[in-house]
Amino acid sequence: MTIEANAAATPLATTPSTDEQTIARAARERIQRRRFAVRATQLAVAVLLLGLWQVGAIVGFIDPFFFGSPLGIVQRLADWFVNGTAYGSFWEQLWITLEESLLGFVFGVGSGVIFGILLGEVPFLADVFSPYIKIINALPRIVLGSIFVIWLGLGLPSKVLLAAVLVFFVVFFNAFQGVRSVDRNLVSNARILGASRLQVVQHVVIPSAMTWIIASLHVALGFSIIGAIVGEFLGSQGGLGLVIATAQNTFDSNGVFGAMLVIGVVALGAEALMTQLEHRLLAWRPKSPSENSIAGI
Amino acid sequence: MTSSASGGVKLIGVTKRFVTPTGAAMTAIRDINLTVEPGQFVTIVGPTGCGKSTTLTLASGLELPSAGSVLVNEQPVTGITKGASFVFQTDALMPWKSVEANVALGPMFRGTRKAEALRLARDWLATVGLSGFEKHYPHQLSGGMRKRVSLAAALINEPTMLMMDEPFSALDVQTRAIMSNELLALWEKSRPSVMFVTHDLEEAIALADKVVVITAGPGTVKATYDIDLPRPRGAVQEIRFDKRFLELYQQIWESLREEVERAYIRQIESNRQRGAA
Ligand SMILES: Nc1ncnc2c1ncn2[C@@H]1O[C@H](COP(=O)(O)OP(=O)(O)OP(=O)(O)O)[C@@H](O)[C@H]1O
Ligand SMILES: [Mg+2]
Repeated sequence: MTIEANAAATPLATTPSTDEQTIARAARERIQRRRFAVRATQLAVAVLLLGLWQVGAIVGFIDPFFFGSPLGIVQRLADWFVNGTAYGSFWEQLWITLEESLLGFVFGVGSGVIFGILLGEVPFLADVFSPYIKIINALPRIVLGSIFVIWLGLGLPSKVLLAAVLVFFVVFFNAFQGVRSVDRNLVSNARILGASRLQVVQHVVIPSAMTWIIASLHVALGFSIIGAIVGEFLGSQGGLGLVIATAQNTFDSNGVFGAMLVIGVVALGAEALMTQLEHRLLAWRPKSPSENSIAGI
Repeated sequence: MTSSASGGVKLIGVTKRFVTPTGAAMTAIRDINLTVEPGQFVTIVGPTGCGKSTTLTLASGLELPSAGSVLVNEQPVTGITKGASFVFQTDALMPWKSVEANVALGPMFRGTRKAEALRLARDWLATVGLSGFEKHYPHQLSGGMRKRVSLAAALINEPTMLMMDEPFSALDVQTRAIMSNELLALWEKSRPSVMFVTHDLEEAIALADKVVVITAGPGTVKATYDIDLPRPRGAVQEIRFDKRFLELYQQIWESLREEVERAYIRQIESNRQRGAA
């Protein structure tokens, strides 16, 4: 590592030329080297930890019955992907969970945004409904899942509803807060320019609440996946939650870890998509200092 | 101009009280009497916190008076004043809209089609010297450029009354002088009536037909001065050496200084009381 760092420092230190291109190139190289060093170290840490785990499991230092082992997890996953699970192909289970999360996310975000903006814009409604919202928000929402299974059965709707409820509150509170913190000056300006109430909402309130709403979407996305999986856990005929529940009942730690890994990968992928969307929607924002330092060297 | 000409503003015995966050009522302005003739350029000076911004929000209909009446074109103000444009003390551009989209807002709100509104906006941006910056976002412009955008956004509605709340106070002296000259040139073209708040007495005299001095808060009109300097005024930087200008400056400064000092002493006293409490 120290060798890396020294090598990175030399081009700037030894090049006497003040030619801007040289400086820019050196800076770019330094940034690339650093990025490479970070990635390499991250990989090394992962290999080290997994290696220790595997060796520990073989030597008997870590009991594979409780903690599984990396190779065991890979084998379990391979088996699932090739031979499928007891209730259909693994891809099918994955898709069921994804579908539930996605629908829950869409309904939760939609209703959260609509109610947040409505209550934020109309103080009367906010005053009337705020105690009810506080009461529902205080309920342990995971337990609601049991009731939803009783109401809606073992199929998709009960999971979608649980995911949507989890997502709703996160998005609702952010949208509400976003509307409440709109710059009064911008509203006054729009009104003077001739905007109707609806135009003020469309051109001022929603765009400025958007920063808040989008900030909540990252958390909401995680909640939608949690909602779907917990829902499946509580009672279902398919999905990754059922896969985990089954593995748990047969003391298959590799299976639990394997399913967890798949969920993690899915969540990371969704998170990346969300970041893309965020950049698109908030393109107008000035770059944060850290982004600037890379783009502007 | 005939008496039916639009843009005239009358404040008759206007008082405005606010309810402070602690629940107490505080009087921002009391018993203000002020007339702006159609096409007249009126500047308003006074110590900080005396209610200058409040006076403008009342004339534009953003707020309604607690007592007294505000008349625009002889009609009492009940909502947003028709034909009024406002340049705010702090930036009021939508940060998520490009410069041209910001300027196009006025016509769009009034039902102009988007393409046509954008074409108008580009024309106005050219008028204020910002061609080539149409697609920029506000945060990519300098403070002076943002003020030009605000000015274009206000003028595109072809206002008969223009309210300006310390529009140039955040700018450096040179830029401010340039902007003042340009504002005068634009004003000469369409002659809206103007209410212009400033802390800079030189600017106030150089621009105005009439200077209004407001007392320390709660503000009321202390005195008004007709500025009989000939128009067009020409460069703001040069007129301040004019003999008549200096006379007027002397006279108005005497009046303003008392109020500024009074406001300053009151500020110190209230700070001391707060410190003791
Ligand atoms: N919405 C409001 N709620 C409560 N008090 C207010 C409100 N707007 C203004 N005030 C009070 O009214 C007084 C006058 O405010 P105003 O903004 O009109 O002053 P100003 O003359 O424009 O001052 P400055 O020169 O510093 O801009 C201040 O004491 C202020 O605290
Ligand atoms: Mg003010």
